[in-house]
Amino acid sequence: MKVVIINYDAGNIQSIKFAIQRLGYEATLSRDVDEILNADKVIFPGVGEASSAMRKLKSSGLDKLIPRLAQPVLGICLGMQLMCNSTEEGNTKGLGIFDVDVIRFSKQVKIPQVGWNQISNLKSDLFDGIVEQEYIYSVHSFYAPLCAATIAESLYDVTYSAALQKQNFYGTQFHPEKSSTKGAQILLNFLGL
Amino acid sequence: MLAKRIIPCLDIKDGRTVKGINFVDLRDAGDPVELAEIYSREGADELVFLDISATEQKRKTLADLVYRVAEKVNIPFTVGGGISSLEDVDVLLHNGADKVSINSSAIRNPQLINDLTAKFGSQCIVVAIDAKQIQGKWIVHLVGGKVPTELDLFDWAKEVAKRGAGEILFTSMDNDGTKDGFANKALSRLSEELNIPIIASGGAGSVQHFIDTFKEGKADAALAASVFHFKEIEINDLKENLKNSGIPIRI
Repeated sequence: MKVVIINYDAGNIQSIKFAIQRLGYEATLSRDVDEILNADKVIFPGVGEASSAMRKLKSSGLDKLIPRLAQPVLGICLGMQLMCNSTEEGNTKGLGIFDVDVIRFSKQVKIPQVGWNQISNLKSDLFDGIVEQEYIYSVHSFYAPLCAATIAESLYDVTYSAALQKQNFYGTQFHPEKSSTKGAQILLNFLGL
Repeated sequence: MLAKRIIPCLDIKDGRTVKGINFVDLRDAGDPVELAEIYSREGADELVFLDISATEQKRKTLADLVYRVAEKVNIPFTVGGGISSLEDVDVLLHNGADKVSINSSAIRNPQLINDLTAKFGSQCIVVAIDAKQIQGKWIVHLVGGKVPTELDLFDWAKEVAKRGAGEILFTSMDNDGTKDGFANKALSRLSEELNIPIIASGGAGSVQHFIDTFKEGKADAALAASVFHFKEIEINDLKENLKNSGIPIRI
């Protein structure tokens, strides 16, 4: 199986590569169009600030490529947020895969949300073997509200989308690569799609 | 619900853990990677590696260590100790660190916090603050707590948050090493005055101390070193106790 992690200089992607390795697969870091098109599974990571990440995607044409992909694609954290219509962070237009607008947590809560929170209302093969209220690790200041594509929810300030899915596109707000054995299970489920 | 976090801290010198370690199942007591794996299996929510070496080789050794930890460990970890530039942070994050913590370098050059958060995002920049009370005032200290500054803890913490830090790691030097509990009054004031997560450090000696720092100290996370290293407190026992005390915790 050929797993490609889209490399557009967005933060800590080494951890995702290692997480895939621990599952017994090799992942390639790449921004090459053909290599991404020919992958069996594509992971779209992202850590950092939305508008600068989007600029990097555009400068390499990846913003056009990603929505056209036909194989399973997993966006993680900022990767998931950039797959939405827009994000309030830097007033950034997204890739428009998920029909939802990403907004900032209110001042009622500490920002960023850092740590282990529970996921519930799990509605996808991505969560095979994961029980309701399982803890996963997240760190973020912005979130996707609940929408038609929501396949998992978490509660912080409000109930928001912990994961999204539309056709072959998946996104997790949390970091499966940092969520211990449960996160590893979720990644394994993705690789098995 | 967001859980409170338990964070073991590992002191690192020249790529090896310092302080005695009582783990019978440890093949190499000085190997930070092996110790990190054990902590992770026991239920640690995060790890902090604090590099206390001061050699020329330091940067490369630390980057290698970060890479080896990231390869094996599936929970988040922070690296701190002598980090003073964008290049330092870039190398550590690229090798697989999730966050870095800065301390003295932020006091000497507060703009560094803005520069780092603009380039890497707030979520990976932890500012560590060491402070102790002098004539009733909490005064920030430099160089591992040896040199007092003019800075008031609460003023400095607010400035740090305003400049974009994602979290504050507050060590009370009055409590550190005493095993008498965390500095809960100061911690709860930090938590009330700031809108970013606060990690409590210094003073852990018993399970009750952790309960107190989450309840009275309103801390978001608690860090400790020796009670975990010497197995005076087992992480899984601690977490069961916290859960039974009504504190949201990941088991």
